[in-house]
Amino acid sequence: MSQAVEVHELSKVFNPGSTKQVDALVEIDLAVSLGEFVSLIGPSGCGKSTLLRLIANLIEPSHGEVLVNDKPASKARLDQDYGMAFQQAGLFDWRSVVKNVELPLELKGWDRTRRRQRAMEMLQLVKLGDFAEHRPWQLSGGMQQRVAIARALATSPQLLLMDEPFGALDEMTREHMQAELLRICAETGTSVVFVTHSIPEAVYLSDRVVVMSPRPGRITHVVDVELGTRRDLDTREDAAFFKKITEVREALRGLDVDLVGDDLPASVEDR
Amino acid sequence: MIRRAALFIGSLLVVAAVWELYKTLGPEDGGAVLGWNILPRTKDTAMPHVWDMVSRLFDPESRVKDSPIWRVVLAGVWFSLRVAFVGFAIGTSIGVGLAALMARFDVARRGLLPYLVLSQTVPMIALAPLVASWGGKLQLAGWEWPKWLSVAVLGAFLAFFPVAVGTLRGLESAPATSLELMRSFAASGRQTMWKLRFPAAMSFMVPALRLAAAASVIGVVVAEISTGLRGGIGRLIIEYARQASGDPPKVYTAVFGAALLGLMMAAVVGAFEFLVMRHRAPAGDAA
Repeated sequence: MSQAVEVHELSKVFNPGSTKQVDALVEIDLAVSLGEFVSLIGPSGCGKSTLLRLIANLIEPSHGEVLVNDKPASKARLDQDYGMAFQQAGLFDWRSVVKNVELPLELKGWDRTRRRQRAMEMLQLVKLGDFAEHRPWQLSGGMQQRVAIARALATSPQLLLMDEPFGALDEMTREHMQAELLRICAETGTSVVFVTHSIPEAVYLSDRVVVMSPRPGRITHVVDVELGTRRDLDTREDAAFFKKITEVREALRGLDVDLVGDDLPASVEDR
Repeated sequence: MIRRAALFIGSLLVVAAVWELYKTLGPEDGGAVLGWNILPRTKDTAMPHVWDMVSRLFDPESRVKDSPIWRVVLAGVWFSLRVAFVGFAIGTSIGVGLAALMARFDVARRGLLPYLVLSQTVPMIALAPLVASWGGKLQLAGWEWPKWLSVAVLGAFLAFFPVAVGTLRGLESAPATSLELMRSFAASGRQTMWKLRFPAAMSFMVPALRLAAAASVIGVVVAEISTGLRGGIGRLIIEYARQASGDPPKVYTAVFGAALLGLMMAAVVGAFEFLVMRHRAPAGDAA
């Protein structure tokens, strides 16, 4: 296996032929190596969520090809080669926490004891083992998002696709969740494609930051972060960290769009 | 629980007080407001005292039958309750089935929905004799279509509609991200239906079932009258109403029975609600 994700000359047009035609993505090429953490960043309408959905095979491309684990994206989806997390944790409130994590295993037909055991392992991984029998609405936003990550990892996928998963959390919870995510990825060796509006978040988490521009959506810069694999609280105060943040900010500034920054309302969606 | 019971009894007392107050103050032979003859008459034949209605419950049913009237009324309630419950069950099954069909196939939705709306404009009084006569002709391998089943079907006819509409809305209430999540898990259409759409629909189905329970009671009471089925509360209402000039409080004992019937059906839905919603987030605190 060579790459976790390979995207070749990918284009997506919404409402083709109509007056509402939108060229969401034009000729995107991107490769994500095994174990690599790649962030997609850009202003609203740059198609970063669309790109993530194409990789997940939630929508079909207009042109071009997506390979996940060297398979067509549709095959990879059916094989559960990736797990997914969204901005809304999207837990089912009629299920207990552990039952939420069991859901993908249940859909695959695992038997009761095996999936309970696996779900408990996942909850321990996100440090929520004691909350297995709680209801989702009894948990804080950050805890709910950790359950969503446990659910995404339940089938042991080698790839995690995340669409602004921490966008709705407060700054402190957010930083904590970012550290947790890095720890989990290091423990499991998972590759990640991560959509975000936040420059510090992208830099802190990623091996590479992919900067995208809108109308039509395309990749304009790729920033190699090179902060090493061990990142902690000190990383956030490191000069190299600020240098990379500036580099990404400069790349975004070149886009001639004034609505750029980490304080953009995260609820704005560019689908 | 005690608070709710006290509230319930309190509200009954308020209704009784308002009744008696109007009876004392209102005009004996009715009255007109701005030329419209809308004020009800307050004579004992039209508006018996509340205590007369209650005490009538304990008097013999008629000169030929000396069991107290509450027994006769309760027997009628029990009979109608069973018929109404069967109607409610049939209506709910059909309603949920139609909703699932419409949620799954857009063609079914566009084709069926107008007819469902249309069906509710047909007056039940017109339909009742038809259903009864079709039922009378049905015979399957020695099994004869009982008359009460026609009445239950008419109850179902009123009950299925709110269930179909409410369930359809509920099935479509599943958020887009949850649907994407199920797709990312490679869930089949059937799995998405059972594991996401139906559980998400429950909070819409409970009020729909409440409407359906009330509708099935109305359907059964009216259908008993128009098909002439004996033994139920509808029949008692019409029978006692005919005797209203000589025995005005009597018909109200049957009306109490009909109210009791409605409460019991509501309790059935309440039990269902408790079962499916007990672990859900309290209102306004969705996860």
